Amino acid sequence: MNTLYKPRSKDDLARRVAQDIFDGAIVNLGIGMPTLVANHIPAGREVVLHSENGILGMGPAPAAGAEDYDLINAGKQPVTLLPGGAFFHHADSFAMMRGGHIDICVLGAFQVSTTGDLANWSTGEAGAIPAVGGAMDLATGARQTWVMMDLLTKQGVSKIVERCTYPLTGIGCVKRIYTDLATFECTANGLQLTDSVEGIGHQDLEALVGARLSPAR
Amino acid sequence: MINKIADTVAEALDGTPDGATVLIGGFGTAGIPNELIEGLITQGARDLTVVNNNAGNGDTGLAALLKAGRVRKIICSFPRQADSHVFDALYRSGSIVLELVPQGNLAERLRAAGAGIGAFFTPTGYGTQLALQTDGSPKETRVIDGRPHVLETPLHGDLALIKAERGDRWGNLTYRMAARNFGPVMATAARRTVATVHEIAELGTLDPETIVTPGIFVDRIVRIDRTATQGGGFKPA
Repeated sequence: MNTLYKPRSKDDLARRVAQDIFDGAIVNLGIGMPTLVANHIPAGREVVLHSENGILGMGPAPAAGAEDYDLINAGKQPVTLLPGGAFFHHADSFAMMRGGHIDICVLGAFQVSTTGDLANWSTGEAGAIPAVGGAMDLATGARQTWVMMDLLTKQGVSKIVERCTYPLTGIGCVKRIYTDLATFECTANGLQLTDSVEGIGHQDLEALVGARLSPAR
Repeated sequence: MINKIADTVAEALDGTPDGATVLIGGFGTAGIPNELIEGLITQGARDLTVVNNNAGNGDTGLAALLKAGRVRKIICSFPRQADSHVFDALYRSGSIVLELVPQGNLAERLRAAGAGIGAFFTPTGYGTQLALQTDGSPKETRVIDGRPHVLETPLHGDLALIKAERGDRWGNLTYRMAARNFGPVMATAARRTVATVHEIAELGTLDPETIVTPGIFVDRIVRIDRTATQGGGFKPA
């Protein structure tokens, strides 16, 4: 197959996700790669970041030396508060997440099924220590759940699968999958291809994912 | 006269029984009431069930309580962190029971306990391993408005340990930034709530518009010196 394509870098992928975040959106970014999306919100769009530990209007990391560890993000790293930001307790914070008040959440994933099932909290390995945090609440409760991940594992296996083999986070909850090679929309009729990096064809992607992809509208 | 001010942590925690369920505020290291946890270690209660978002960072605070062998079971959403080695070792050796709960279910189960709710249905966790009872049997489910939900039960505490910012002799509390996190909801859910504050205000001087936890939910407050919260729970870049 054609290997002349160049995958999106992590920042390019974050930029691609950020492009689709609308002006005025309330957004929760998951731990890890999704955090990068905050650096790429297009100029002129006002986006309010929510952090599960009780922050709306979360700003970037503070300057070195100005860290205050009473002001941290979900990954426990120091952040800042933007003008207009607010603090609130956990029951209110999760009411926002579970009550459909968050417009978009962007999560990492181990696997996503073609119908939008998500597995991102446990590999189910014996001896592994499971940790779920707010992933199930976000996946199920946000108005739109987007996944951001590399399409393939390090071993070259597609992370988009017909059926997740890792423990589920939520069923049919993912609307869009942004990957380093292409962007997909999960629909009732299966996966739709939204865009792909230059040099990779529709059939190449179908072969990688192992599923039929309806063409971009 | 109402006076909830305790002179010492020891006085505030006196009488904590073995086997108690202790709700401990905090998210990572923010809002962890380290002085109260140290007081609980000194007080000596054992066979505890602890509810916290995490399972301790480094070797201090909650990690020290675990290390002291006082905790039989922990109910939390995110035990595994970059610096959770105390919990990790206890878990791997089978020395502690873990009940893993989605974070929103943790918050809402506490809220339900505080608000006198018998149980509630939520879509969170439906169809996952976390919609199982501790014995492995499935929790009750129901389809509501076409969407499947799981029945979740309230989570009551015998004791809540909270880190607040300012308080008065009625027990009214304010918090500092994101160190608020689980404090207010845990204060409602426990039979007895003890909070540390950095400043005790004269009754009537806390702005009533800014009181987050009204004193009705608080039994004892203790003043402690302010020390800057130390970071934890992540790998430094």
